[in-house]
Amino acid sequence: MSKKMSGAKSLVQSLEHAGVDVMFGIPGGAILPAYDPIFDSSIRHILVRHEQGAGHAATGYAQVTGRVGVCIATSGPGATNLVTPLADAAMDSVPLVAITGQVPSAAIGTDAFQEADIRGITMPFTKHNYLITDPQEIPRAIAEAFYIASSGRPGPVLVDIAKDALQKETDFNWPQHLSLPGYRPQVEPENQAIKDAAALIAQSAKPVFYVGGGVIKANASKELMQLAELVGAPVVTTLMALGSFPDSHPQHYGMPGMHGTVGAVTALQKADLLITLGARFDDRVTGKLSTFAVNAKVIHADIDPAEIGKNRFADVPVVGDLKHTIAALIPAVKEEFAKGRADLSPWLTAMNKLRATYPLGYDLPKDGSLSPQYVIERISALTGPEAIYVAGVGQHQMWAAQFVKYENPRTWLNSGGLGTMGYAVPAAMGAKVGAPDTTVWAIDGDGCFQMTNQELVTCALNNIPIKVAIINNESLGMVRQWQTLFYEGRYSNTNLESKRVPDFVKLADAMGCVGLTCERPEDVDAIIKQANSINDQPVVVDFRVFRDAMVWPMVAAGTSNDDIKIAREMAPDWDSQEL
Amino acid sequence: MSTHTLSVLVENSPGVLARVAGLFSRRAYNIDSLAVGPTENPDISRMTIVINVESHSLEQVIRQLDKLVNVIHIAELKLEESVQAELLLVKISATSKNKFDVDAVLETYGASIVDEDSESLTVEATGDAAKISDLLSALERFGIRELAQSGLVAIERGSSSLADRTLSTQSIPTADSGQADYQN
Repeated sequence: MSKKMSGAKSLVQSLEHAGVDVMFGIPGGAILPAYDPIFDSSIRHILVRHEQGAGHAATGYAQVTGRVGVCIATSGPGATNLVTPLADAAMDSVPLVAITGQVPSAAIGTDAFQEADIRGITMPFTKHNYLITDPQEIPRAIAEAFYIASSGRPGPVLVDIAKDALQKETDFNWPQHLSLPGYRPQVEPENQAIKDAAALIAQSAKPVFYVGGGVIKANASKELMQLAELVGAPVVTTLMALGSFPDSHPQHYGMPGMHGTVGAVTALQKADLLITLGARFDDRVTGKLSTFAVNAKVIHADIDPAEIGKNRFADVPVVGDLKHTIAALIPAVKEEFAKGRADLSPWLTAMNKLRATYPLGYDLPKDGSLSPQYVIERISALTGPEAIYVAGVGQHQMWAAQFVKYENPRTWLNSGGLGTMGYAVPAAMGAKVGAPDTTVWAIDGDGCFQMTNQELVTCALNNIPIKVAIINNESLGMVRQWQTLFYEGRYSNTNLESKRVPDFVKLADAMGCVGLTCERPEDVDAIIKQANSINDQPVVVDFRVFRDAMVWPMVAAGTSNDDIKIAREMAPDWDSQEL
Repeated sequence: MSTHTLSVLVENSPGVLARVAGLFSRRAYNIDSLAVGPTENPDISRMTIVINVESHSLEQVIRQLDKLVNVIHIAELKLEESVQAELLLVKISATSKNKFDVDAVLETYGASIVDEDSESLTVEATGDAAKISDLLSALERFGIRELAQSGLVAIERGSSSLADRTLSTQSIPTADSGQADYQN
């Protein structure tokens, strides 16, 4: 069964055995031996322009397909440029495998040219990582890396391989079995936990489903729909969970958190039970933790036991894969309901009234200029819920979360946990590679776009026709919003002047893309339709929008969700609400 | 806040100490002491970690540690259910004049002299933290020149072993070839 070959060939064969169909990367000295067999491999290698682009592209691919995303880079700066996307993937539980070349084993530790201890650097934000100096270990390390990345709570795994291990001759043996005594993710939930959870659900008069990205990772949207309709409670979907439950569903209350809807934030605050599925009580959701949902009991279902009780005590912890957990909850809840359940109608009446009173909305700019929210709303309306939407980080990200209508899982990609500016263009590239027949819109900010737009060259050359909407408010908009609200409008270093320089249309053109610009509300639909009609080239649209638009509602950092503002210094009228 | 002794079985592989130490540092848990050494199984090392935390964060520490792929098993060793000891090596000023007094102290604590010259004695002692601390107080009057102390090591009382109970040889089948799909 074993065959003689170089370590490099063994690596490429291992990747083929692991089912890799595409990887994103850039060669360099230490990884160079691997690029020779890559030349002959069935794996599509996409040559990016920056390793950060490779990492986010692998993330975009993984988020859309549910498969492991793969990126590859050389030692030293090639590897350190992967640090941001690896940290990003760790925060958002994305299955990635990163392959890096390392200096020859004899040179490790000598501060050799292009040496960086990437295994040491990435320990805090990889699920696991490897340094391979013996070519015999390559197939096992790759097999383990793919298994670890994609099972349990998904996450990034890095395999660093010394150059001499790639060059030496070795035997190729794809392992038939892996032995990982310290890695045993619990897939099946415990019966007692399911029973306890079902009992709490039946007793609750004010339940809310608090749904996180784990539902998407577990491909559990169908199960969630069944359970949600069985219970009839409001469903809130976090930033990472948009699309896991349809926006159009009458039980959907939108996104909770710092820029969540009044309905979603209040549903959590006033609930007597949080049915928490694959969410992690992030500070952007809870606000000031000690004042978060103070009267609620908590069912916390997650595949990662370390999330249970990390931020909020769980009355009923349920560890397991959410697809199994939710599927097990459905009959258990039915059984409890058969014995009787609390009446939800006063709760639903009050919550529906609140939701109707405080829908998401925005004011059009008084000067007649272009509203960023309007642009995003129109992109969604004209492109539809089958498309994939990818955002960077900041105001445009929050507006894209609020004003795009999501109906399906894996159609909304963003950097939720790490908040990585520059995520959108390369992640959209990876998404389009993973779903070539689907329209992919990157909704980006002018600040974010200027961090990673060079990957549009990669898109243009490799027939990856993504569409980019630059929501150009010539500012680091979210920072500027905080300066408006909390720093007396002292706009220190947030003015990017990007309506003046660069010329995004020329820049797009120079990178082999179609560049369009839009400044007037009456042109928005025609330009979006034009962009949607171009499918043989990437398109970049410079939407030159009103600078002072702000994201509302808002719960200021570190304050209580009870202090949500629907506009500047404007709180919802709680007295008229009966909760 | 209270002190807890964790016995952590880890794979004997490079970088595992850095992983554990890094985890404690980045999650802002305080380690009182950490001792690492081989076990009866050459593939496994044992770390004995003493930490001072609230009880709810002890659970967090254990769960976070358990997420490390190289960490095989974690057990809290309660004082009454385990034997715990530190090693002390201390160099004290001693001459023929006070040698008799020193001997009396050492006898009380079951300590022994492992090196001596005309001006000093090096004493070796083992025991729990309280005993070591008492011995040091007793030796202080002779003048402590230098001391070296190990972290705590601990083992469960009785005949069973942690490794026996936790090491299953569970193996995970991989895809044979081609389009391996590890997705659910």
